[in-house]
Amino acid sequence: MAREGGATALAAKGSMAVRFLSAGDRALVVEFGDRVDPELSDKVLRLDARLRAAPLPGVVETVPTFRSLTLYYDPLVTGRRDLEPAVRGLLGRRGGGRRGARLWHIPICYEAPFAPDLAEVARLTGLAPAEVAERHSAPQYRVYMIGFLPGFPYLGDLPAELALQRRADPRVKVPAGSVAIATNLSAIYPYESPGGWHLIGATPVRLFAPERAPPALLAAGDGVRFAPVDAARFGAIRSAAAAGDYPVANEAIGE
Amino acid sequence: MTLGFKVLSPGLHTTVQDLGRVGQQRVGVPVSGALDGESLALANALVGNRPGMPALEILHQGPRFAVSAERVRIALAGDGAAIELASGEIVPAWRSASLERGSEFSILAARGSVCAYLAVAGGIDAPLFLGSASTYVRGRFGGIEGRALRAGDIVPLTLDRTPEGPELRLPKPPSAGLGERVRVVLGPQREFFTEDAIAALLDGEFRVSQNADRMGMRLDGPRLAQKSGWDIISDAIPTGAIQVPGSGQPILLLADHQTTGGYPKIACVVSADLARVGRCRPGDVLRFAAVEVEEAEALAREAAARLADLAASLEPCFDAAALDLGSLYRANLISGVVSARE
Repeated sequence: MAREGGATALAAKGSMAVRFLSAGDRALVVEFGDRVDPELSDKVLRLDARLRAAPLPGVVETVPTFRSLTLYYDPLVTGRRDLEPAVRGLLGRRGGGRRGARLWHIPICYEAPFAPDLAEVARLTGLAPAEVAERHSAPQYRVYMIGFLPGFPYLGDLPAELALQRRADPRVKVPAGSVAIATNLSAIYPYESPGGWHLIGATPVRLFAPERAPPALLAAGDGVRFAPVDAARFGAIRSAAAAGDYPVANEAIGE
Repeated sequence: MTLGFKVLSPGLHTTVQDLGRVGQQRVGVPVSGALDGESLALANALVGNRPGMPALEILHQGPRFAVSAERVRIALAGDGAAIELASGEIVPAWRSASLERGSEFSILAARGSVCAYLAVAGGIDAPLFLGSASTYVRGRFGGIEGRALRAGDIVPLTLDRTPEGPELRLPKPPSAGLGERVRVVLGPQREFFTEDAIAALLDGEFRVSQNADRMGMRLDGPRLAQKSGWDIISDAIPTGAIQVPGSGQPILLLADHQTTGGYPKIACVVSADLARVGRCRPGDVLRFAAVEVEEAEALAREAAARLADLAASLEPCFDAAALDLGSLYRANLISGVVSARE
């Protein structure tokens, strides 16, 4: 029933006007376009930052996704009729956005036991397995959004030569820590779960740890770089992380 | 030793739930909380608690407990649910009762609903995680160790001895309302669907399949055709959303649903009807009716007012049940407590 979904490779349709869509009587979706695109993501994150800095009455939480921001509200306090103009008033303004965003250096192991689909991805892309790993760990990714599971990041954009459709045959069990790719995205599974993406590596870092404050490592708008490690180092980091003794290297990134 | 209830048998899926974990969907944490928030609130009101205090949500089949606290006041909410005492006598839902240490009792699961709620005066002493005690089993957090109850667990309570005071009852319990149409707001992706699909949603009958849990329920019924096979770019999913994967078989998402997803959502159940949908059992039939969002917001206000009226209508039991059950059920004096064999 659950699926990690993601982005279907839709053709860019050019810029669209902002759309307001009700998702029932407790959610208003502010939609900036219909593609996965850093520019649309910036608009989403800017509006999110403004609403967090100066919350509108009755708005209980906001959820940034690739191309839309969903405002959850209490219909006993506010309503669509009040919210839409209030949000429109915030759209034109400058500022906000990625303030507070951090760049995370996430260790990843591309060796065999951690990368069950690496050979198939290499075959499908016409690259050597080592080249797949090299290209996957080259870019700085944007955390477009967190969803599907607690702490599960949707990372983009994947180098175009690695873009593949999801597996025809989804797995019933993807191990926790798996790093996966599908379409123009990469992701990390914080929990064991079903999943349909290609597994090309794994991280020993815990993306969601209930005993940590805050429990989720990443937030929408953060950056991620993958730092390749061998299986021995993977094991050492995993032991340290399990003991709560592995601070993931990170630094501030500005606007 | 922590005092509370000792779990003698856990039932099929008994978890601690409150009104949910708000504010964390941005990091992928579902709201969770009671499937039927109205019954949770009424169970709490019957024992003098605030409406959102953590209580036990009991799905399908009831657990059995032994009281290890000195004296507890409990109340059960759920259409047709009941508490069966060790003597075989029955305390029906929608009234409170007090039990002494050593008492054993079973929950007879709700007949008219998939869920029942057992509230305890003072509340269950489950730690808050991100502001809520609700159990999210898939994430392994909340409630008792992030899981459903097991035999041998102790359900910790905040009070070892419930204060004196009259037992309460709800004079006119609400019906589960399963026959009534479920109101929806169409969209947010209604344009992904053919007009025939919209008509099928609003005219057809949908049966809750066996594939139903706290995350959501697959519905069997007319196929809801999309105009094209494309998924949407993943966005946020509200509780009550009706998403339609490529099979055309809709999934109605409930409390533990994932926070985002890539299937188009043909409609969303209005919040006033979420408790009713949360009560549905496999095999129950759902029919939908569309309303505009402003009407749905008004329905939410009416539902809140109706729930407040119900909570305000509680009255003391001036019958024998107000007294100590332990001595009374042995003497068979308690009105409202009927023999299980009747």
